[in-house]
Amino acid sequence: MKLVSKTITSLSLIFLVSFSVFANGDKDVQEGEANPINTQEEITDYILHHVKDSHDFHLFDYFSNGEKHEVGFPLPVILWGENGLTAFMSSAFHHDDNGKEIVERGGSKFVKLHGKIYELNAGASSVSFDEEHHPTNASTPIDLSITKSVFGILFFGLLMLLWFGRLAKQYTKNAIPTGFGRVLEPLVIYVRDEIAKPNIGPKYRKFTGYLLTVFFFIWISNLFGLLPLGFNVTGQLAVTAALAIFTFVIYMVSGNGHFWSHQLWMPGVPFLLRPVLAIIELAGTLIIKPFSLAVRLFANISAGHIVVMSLVAIAINMQDQMTGVGSTILSLVLSLFITLIEVLVAFLQAYIFTMLSALFIGMAVEEPEHH
Amino acid sequence: MEQLLENFSLDLFVKQTVLFLILIFLMVKFAWKPILNSLNDREEGIKNALDSAEKAKREMENLNADNDRLLKEARAEREALMKEARELKEKMISDAKEEAQAQAGKMIEQAQAAIESEKKSAMAELKNEVAGLSLEIAEKVVRGELSNKDKQLKLVEDMLGEAKLN
Repeated sequence: MKLVSKTITSLSLIFLVSFSVFANGDKDVQEGEANPINTQEEITDYILHHVKDSHDFHLFDYFSNGEKHEVGFPLPVILWGENGLTAFMSSAFHHDDNGKEIVERGGSKFVKLHGKIYELNAGASSVSFDEEHHPTNASTPIDLSITKSVFGILFFGLLMLLWFGRLAKQYTKNAIPTGFGRVLEPLVIYVRDEIAKPNIGPKYRKFTGYLLTVFFFIWISNLFGLLPLGFNVTGQLAVTAALAIFTFVIYMVSGNGHFWSHQLWMPGVPFLLRPVLAIIELAGTLIIKPFSLAVRLFANISAGHIVVMSLVAIAINMQDQMTGVGSTILSLVLSLFITLIEVLVAFLQAYIFTMLSALFIGMAVEEPEHH
Repeated sequence: MEQLLENFSLDLFVKQTVLFLILIFLMVKFAWKPILNSLNDREEGIKNALDSAEKAKREMENLNADNDRLLKEARAEREALMKEARELKEKMISDAKEEAQAQAGKMIEQAQAAIESEKKSAMAELKNEVAGLSLEIAEKVVRGELSNKDKQLKLVEDMLGEAKLN
């Protein structure tokens, strides 16, 4: 584990070094009209942009001499395009998100447009758009970049490995963990005793590893999303959908005969009703359950982010009506209140996702009652 | 719905799936398995310790009950022994008394019998002696009387007078 913490230290050092380079590079690119965001439309755009995944890690902006300085660090862009694998740092785009900055690597030309990277077709020198502002002469390469969310996933994964790996190691020395392990242990016991055991039943042990991983991953992601660093991992539909599909695959694979007989040919009801029930049950199992899992988590976390940022924006939007001081106090009080609720929601959503996963798995592995 | 689909990035989905699969595998191998095993072991250990403590307590109780019972038995036995001893003592004393009394009675009887027989023999001897003495005295008196003729006559006369009276 010492090796891991060393790796983390050196990684953060690399980011710190690239920080300044990134910030300096800005000055040349930004031309004049740099204004702080202060109209409602700009705020809405800013919020929607924040909620999305992005190719670089943006922390904050500051303005001096009428110039905008973005502070953050670039993340590696890894693409599989027409000419094979290419990798470069996202700073190569110089914060351009409108397809103007063309990056040439390995014989391919890449542009970034609304958070998505396009590869220009051979021969093209700039992007051309159709009426709906979709590029016409570019294709989308397979994007394996370490985006903000991927960086978050890796970071949270490492954190979990570090924390729980250390906890696991502590048990080899003595039966009761010390320090931070003493905080983690009751949480592990909580998930095992309150989520896995009551919902799954005697076969809980096989699934506890997955449930623990999901629970802590979602919880840590949610909590980090509340920090002003800009993580929004569990607010990405792709991430929550992947988590929901994990649960889906697990309960589909481990479903026993009893479960499938109740799905497809419900015993104890009139024969005519059975196909109807089978359709309803299958719709629930195949579509509604994973969909609700994914959308619930995504919507709750995204909504939390949007609400907090909107409340922060009150300080700007309401300035005219209630003076700067008044709007700032109002936004501070409201956003503080909502942030506290979000801390609760962070845990609650992790709990609900894990609980429902356990419940669905429990339904699939439930043994028939012997009368 | 369109907004939802726009939010969905297939690249991120694939990356999350792969990374999460790796994370599950690593966490299960390096964290959850050892943690859950140790927790189970510890809980088992605690349960065993509690069970054995309970067992020890119960054994202790049994032992105490045994001790109490033994003590009570011993006390009862002692009581019985003492009672028996007391009875024995009393019996011995009374026996001895009776025997002594009987012996004493017998001895007294014997003594009385001896005294009686001694008395009888002494009386008999005394009678003999007295008879002998009387005879001697009578002889002497007779002799003295008969030495004188008158006196002899007088005696005969007296004796005859006496015989008449009879």
